[in-house]
Amino acid sequence: MNSTVGLSSRHKFAYTWPLAWGVAFTVVAFIWIGGDLWQWAVKAPKELTWKVEALGSCTSVRLCVTGFFKFMVSNDAYIFPWTFKEFTRFVAACIEFPYQIIRSFLASGFTIPLSGGESWQSPPISWLGLTVVLTAVAYRLKDWKLALMVFLCVAYLAVFGNWESAAITLSSIAVAVPIGIVFGALIGILGYRYEKFERAITPILDLMQTVPIFAYLVPVLFLFGFGPVSAVAATVIYAMPPMVRITMLALKTVPLEIKEFGKMVGCTKRQMTWRVLIPAAAPGLMVGVNQVIMLSLNMVIIASMIGAGGLGFDVLASLRRQAIGDGLEAGIAITLIAIVLDRLTQAWASRSPAPHHETKPTLLQKHKNLLLALLILAGTTAISFVAPFFAQWPEQFEISTGQFWNDLIKWININFFDELEAVKVFLLLNVLKPVKAFLLALPWPGVLLFLALAGLQLGGIRLAILVVSCASFILITGQWTKAMITVYLCGISVIIAAMIGITIGVIASRYPVLKRSVLVFIDTLQTLPSFVYLLPVVMLFRVGDFSAMVAVVLYALPPAVRYTLYGIQQISPSLIEAAKTSGCTKRQLLTKVQFRLAWPEIMLGVNQTVMFALSMLVITALVGTRDLGQEVYIALTKADTGRGLVAGLSVAFIAIITDRLISAAAKKRKQALGL
Amino acid sequence: MKRLLQSTILAGTVALFTYAPIASAEVESTDPIKITWHDWTGQFITATLVGEILKSMGYNVEYVPADYIAQFVGLESGDLHVAVEIWETTGKDALEASLATGNTVDLGETGMDAIEEWWYPLYMKEKCPGLPDWTALNDCAEAFSTPETHPKGRYLGGPVTWSGYDDERAESLGLDYEVVHAGTDAALFGEIESAYQRQAPILAWVYAPHWAPAKYEGEWVEFPRYTDECYNDPAWGINPDMAYDCGKPRGWIKAVGWVGGEEKWPKAYQAIRNFTIDNATMAALIIKVDLEGQTVEDVVAEWLAENESTWKAWTM
Repeated sequence: MNSTVGLSSRHKFAYTWPLAWGVAFTVVAFIWIGGDLWQWAVKAPKELTWKVEALGSCTSVRLCVTGFFKFMVSNDAYIFPWTFKEFTRFVAACIEFPYQIIRSFLASGFTIPLSGGESWQSPPISWLGLTVVLTAVAYRLKDWKLALMVFLCVAYLAVFGNWESAAITLSSIAVAVPIGIVFGALIGILGYRYEKFERAITPILDLMQTVPIFAYLVPVLFLFGFGPVSAVAATVIYAMPPMVRITMLALKTVPLEIKEFGKMVGCTKRQMTWRVLIPAAAPGLMVGVNQVIMLSLNMVIIASMIGAGGLGFDVLASLRRQAIGDGLEAGIAITLIAIVLDRLTQAWASRSPAPHHETKPTLLQKHKNLLLALLILAGTTAISFVAPFFAQWPEQFEISTGQFWNDLIKWININFFDELEAVKVFLLLNVLKPVKAFLLALPWPGVLLFLALAGLQLGGIRLAILVVSCASFILITGQWTKAMITVYLCGISVIIAAMIGITIGVIASRYPVLKRSVLVFIDTLQTLPSFVYLLPVVMLFRVGDFSAMVAVVLYALPPAVRYTLYGIQQISPSLIEAAKTSGCTKRQLLTKVQFRLAWPEIMLGVNQTVMFALSMLVITALVGTRDLGQEVYIALTKADTGRGLVAGLSVAFIAIITDRLISAAAKKRKQALGL
Repeated sequence: MKRLLQSTILAGTVALFTYAPIASAEVESTDPIKITWHDWTGQFITATLVGEILKSMGYNVEYVPADYIAQFVGLESGDLHVAVEIWETTGKDALEASLATGNTVDLGETGMDAIEEWWYPLYMKEKCPGLPDWTALNDCAEAFSTPETHPKGRYLGGPVTWSGYDDERAESLGLDYEVVHAGTDAALFGEIESAYQRQAPILAWVYAPHWAPAKYEGEWVEFPRYTDECYNDPAWGINPDMAYDCGKPRGWIKAVGWVGGEEKWPKAYQAIRNFTIDNATMAALIIKVDLEGQTVEDVVAEWLAENESTWKAWTM
């Protein structure tokens, strides 16, 4: 019944939309051709300013933001009974305390003050002890394969001379990740329970993920003070959103039968959440945990710019002196930490309850292991007083592959530069430049018209108003041209990244062997600091848009792969069986069953690809683009809060426009398919 | 950092039960003086030199990695205390803005002289014999061009944030060049390295003290000499309608500190004011680190050992 009604109404309006688009195109083409007559429409308008000094005597959006911020850090803004600044400094102290303890354990050792103004320095935990313990933990959680992997990863840090930096990095990660996971999950649960709350936080999540980090770095520094705490705060802001999103999605996709079962046995709301929903959604939640870890480690480099030190600092310092190999080694160390942390948490989450024992391990047995671990750590650390080997891997046995990588890049550079240049020039002249010119030439009223129309068609009047007001913000703050360059650069990159990513995801979902190497590959790509591959990219492709595009594609690829894989895998095997028995060919299975059922996840993946691409913007500014990312970067270096946040918000609004339109399109399509 | 660890171990082994004093009580305050570390070698060396000298006076010193410009926020609030290298060529505006708040204090010039200008490798002289005179640039625009900029030349400028007015300079001097901004120092020298490996044309922004002028044979372009009027007065110079029709200024490299340190560690601040080192010495130290692969700590320790009388005088 329903479908026939839908069909007839669709028939009725079948020609309305094409007609509307036709009119819109004609109008825009008209403006375009008569360019000289419509100067105001073709030229991007300047920043809107007003003469009357309203609202804290400011005359443009940018200046108002700066003014507001000055007010917040001044002594006049109160959150009873503190000033706002005192409040944030208090939060900072709460983060600082565990950080300092962990850091003392791992990296610097404790300084114990003694009488007479003297003090005594204890050594940090021995690398050997930590390696042994982590390996043992891995073995207990899963098997000897994981143990071997963990051992090799941790040993790499020692052997390649990255131990101390790694310990510093790990300290800030060890604080940021739990905060991100716990708060992310809690917010996600609230969002799942209260739909209104979900609607309220979704735009905030979008902002957190898409306002470039550099845009809020200066405010964060003002509020939390200079040093590791600010770095942790910025890391949490950046790494938490996927956890919230995935928590909500995972809770929603818990099968109805399980929820019904919970109700049937009379769960209270709290029991329902913690005893039924969360365990049932655990696999989904682990994707979130994975993302928090990966994104936190992604921030390592930027965090090191504001005082986190550690491996991020090593990478930057190496690249400064063109030591690509050394930078790569430190970068790989970051990746290895990510992999170890991720695999251990995954193993912990999916551990089988005591496979070797008939009975459950008693409390005593658990404590035995903990005790043993502590004993090893304390023992090796104590021995490190007398045996330097226990304190640090001997420097003369450190390995470095730095020269090899430098030579490799040099070899490629000398022998293949012309070929690479030919490919680059071809793409640049035939794809990038025309698209850029086209977007820059589009009259802005036309763009607004198209957006309004798309919003109206896909989601109705409210969506249309949202996208148009987002675009208008960019217009009146005078960022139109830079925004169009942003759209061009990210648009091309996202299309390429999504095409490659979905393809890889689909292929990997078919072959388990391939899947594992693909996972390692995208984990590496996501956690290997983009700075590491940015430099070789610049050497081979020169400073400019093309290098930026390559970097953005590499960075935005992982979510497309990951979500496609996750989407296809979470399809219930019985459905696949059913499809097979009803005689689907492999191709039909993919296009008619898997793709359609995985559609929400794949679209979430594309959505994330857009978000990632936009968050990479600032990094592309480091290779010299002229987009909003550069605007944000300039604002950072001038400590101009207003300019940075306005440009940052513009980036975020581009993301929101894209996201809302894609989501609406996906929803519409889902309805049409009757999913 | 490794050294720190080693010395910890050393202290541990030698004096397992005799406690090593971390700081003597002679100084005004044993609270650590936080010196910022940026991300270029010369700055590491200067910061470590200053830090080690302060340590020898009995102060506690902490090195905090911080961004070159972002650090001013920390210096003003007292989260950070001393920055040892603010270049007139790149950090003048930020420094002046910061000093104007009254929360930071000028700790004087370090004695080094910042040089920055358009630069080309020596092998480009064959293709463009008129160099280093700037008037030759337009004749060789094609030699310096790439497929994207053809027929205009391509000049790779420094990061936009480091200012320098290169876009204005190109326009005001009527140069047929497209100014491309590298974004970061690393990207900039990445391209120079790449071009140098292939002996390919490149015209880029290079500064000193830095390892690059030592590693790559090259020269700076000679523009009309910089004067204050050139930047401020459009009428000055070749182009009567525009400013910036000259080369770049050369200038001081200063240290700056948190204003509260003046009272907290007066002797330390005085020592930083007395600190002075010249370009040649700094260049030699940078080369030891970046091209010969020694650690910053070793190079600094070596210099301190050899020049004890020099730096002892600063601490008096």
